[in-house]
Amino acid sequence: MVGLLLFGVAYSVWLERKVAAHIQNRWGPTRVGPFGLLQPIADGVKNIFKEDLTQPHVYKPLYIAAPIISLVFAITSISVIPFGNWVNVGPWGTFLQITDLNIGLLVVLGITSMGVYGIALAGWSSNNKYSLLGGLRASAQMVSYEVSLGLALVGVVIMSGSLSLRDIVDFQGGRFWGFIPRWNIFHGQTLGFFIYLISAYAETNRGPFDLPEAESELVAGYHTEYSSMKFAMFFMAEYANMLTVACLATIMFLGGWHGPIFGPAILQAVLPVFWFCLKAFFFMFLYVWVRWTLPRLRYDQLMAFGWKVLLPLAVANIVYTALVVAWRA
Amino acid sequence: MLHLILFLFFGAICVAGAINLLVQSHPINSALSLIAVMASLAAEYLLLGAEFVAAVQVIVYAGAIMVLFVITIMLLNAGKEERSKGSRVAILLGVPGVLIGGVLVAWTLLYRSNLQAVIPIGALRGDPADIARLLFHNFLLPFEVTSVLILIAIMGAVVLASRPHAVARAARKDEG
Repeated sequence: MVGLLLFGVAYSVWLERKVAAHIQNRWGPTRVGPFGLLQPIADGVKNIFKEDLTQPHVYKPLYIAAPIISLVFAITSISVIPFGNWVNVGPWGTFLQITDLNIGLLVVLGITSMGVYGIALAGWSSNNKYSLLGGLRASAQMVSYEVSLGLALVGVVIMSGSLSLRDIVDFQGGRFWGFIPRWNIFHGQTLGFFIYLISAYAETNRGPFDLPEAESELVAGYHTEYSSMKFAMFFMAEYANMLTVACLATIMFLGGWHGPIFGPAILQAVLPVFWFCLKAFFFMFLYVWVRWTLPRLRYDQLMAFGWKVLLPLAVANIVYTALVVAWRA
Repeated sequence: MLHLILFLFFGAICVAGAINLLVQSHPINSALSLIAVMASLAAEYLLLGAEFVAAVQVIVYAGAIMVLFVITIMLLNAGKEERSKGSRVAILLGVPGVLIGGVLVAWTLLYRSNLQAVIPIGALRGDPADIARLLFHNFLLPFEVTSVLILIAIMGAVVLASRPHAVARAARKDEG
């Protein structure tokens, strides 16, 4: 599963470079393999063999620990994500999920909230003003947007009455009037979905909210002093976080693995996973699309937007959802 | 058995983190050991079957409050603390106090606790629904009073953080 995630991380980097290139009317990676498909392997080999510089002025224990913290928490949070329904392989059957907890959603939120330490400590221990500013920006931004991210998900939890991710997906099965899927986004949580989407971009430090590493002001932000595989670990953590957020959006708002199921038995077993991956892929594509479409915000605008617009909207969404659910009950 | 081993393991981490918190001279190391204490406490709750409390412990303490601690330390760029010999009062009162406390805890555990009715680790369930029922039915009044308390604390922080000359100008306007 972790291997699968890392594979996904490597190819989302490829996807980003390819889509970014096409948006700018370029080709992107083409030399290594067909369509540049072997590019992630070449990048990995290059990063491992590059010289690993450690500046003399850094605070060494934390400087080394910071990328590890980032990557470990980014990868751990995938463990409770269900990516498919029950499958039978010969005599054995299993759910396509590592473990199902009845507080699965809280586990994902808790683990991602720990990820901020990696970035904050990287910025501080580098002992460099650009790094420190980047680290401070990142931690303030992540703490602020985590609030509206969590509150946007509360609406879904109220509707399905469970914190288990599998129960939340099961709740979204079926159709309205025979053709509109009963996904939460079409089931009164449209506002919640957009709040979640915007907060998720800020939470993963992606454009238009990529202020922690704003190249024009901060060189490279918190990872200015990092080179070789340590830098690559931050890079992988960012993409792993993006994948987790995309999977969570798929589960919470787009019905998880639900989709049209047809054909022979083997196809019926594979199709739910296919729908799940397709939806998650759509979010990854959206990430790149948004990044190359919208300009970067100013920092005070970012904070004002988070606290004065998104937070009240998220609270209003909770009140509205709770009232509707109570009215129906 | 595995439960017990894990429980002891995280308990040891918890105690080691707490001691390290006191011993370290740099504030950021102390803050990080406090995070380790919080996280291992969450693991202990999880092993006891209180999944919800464990998740809240991580989200609230380790994920939110300690981040603010770390940011404050980073912003103030606090240096190493100075070592002192320790005051005489601390030695005169502290050492006997620790001894008495330890004896009290040991005595309670050995003679007063109901060791026959031991509940196995993980036997109690702590579902979110159960906790919600406790909070919003049985303990509704204390819960709401706590929220008022937090509101008062926020108001105090806003007053303290607002610029003094703005407060003075407002006071002058009231007089004139």
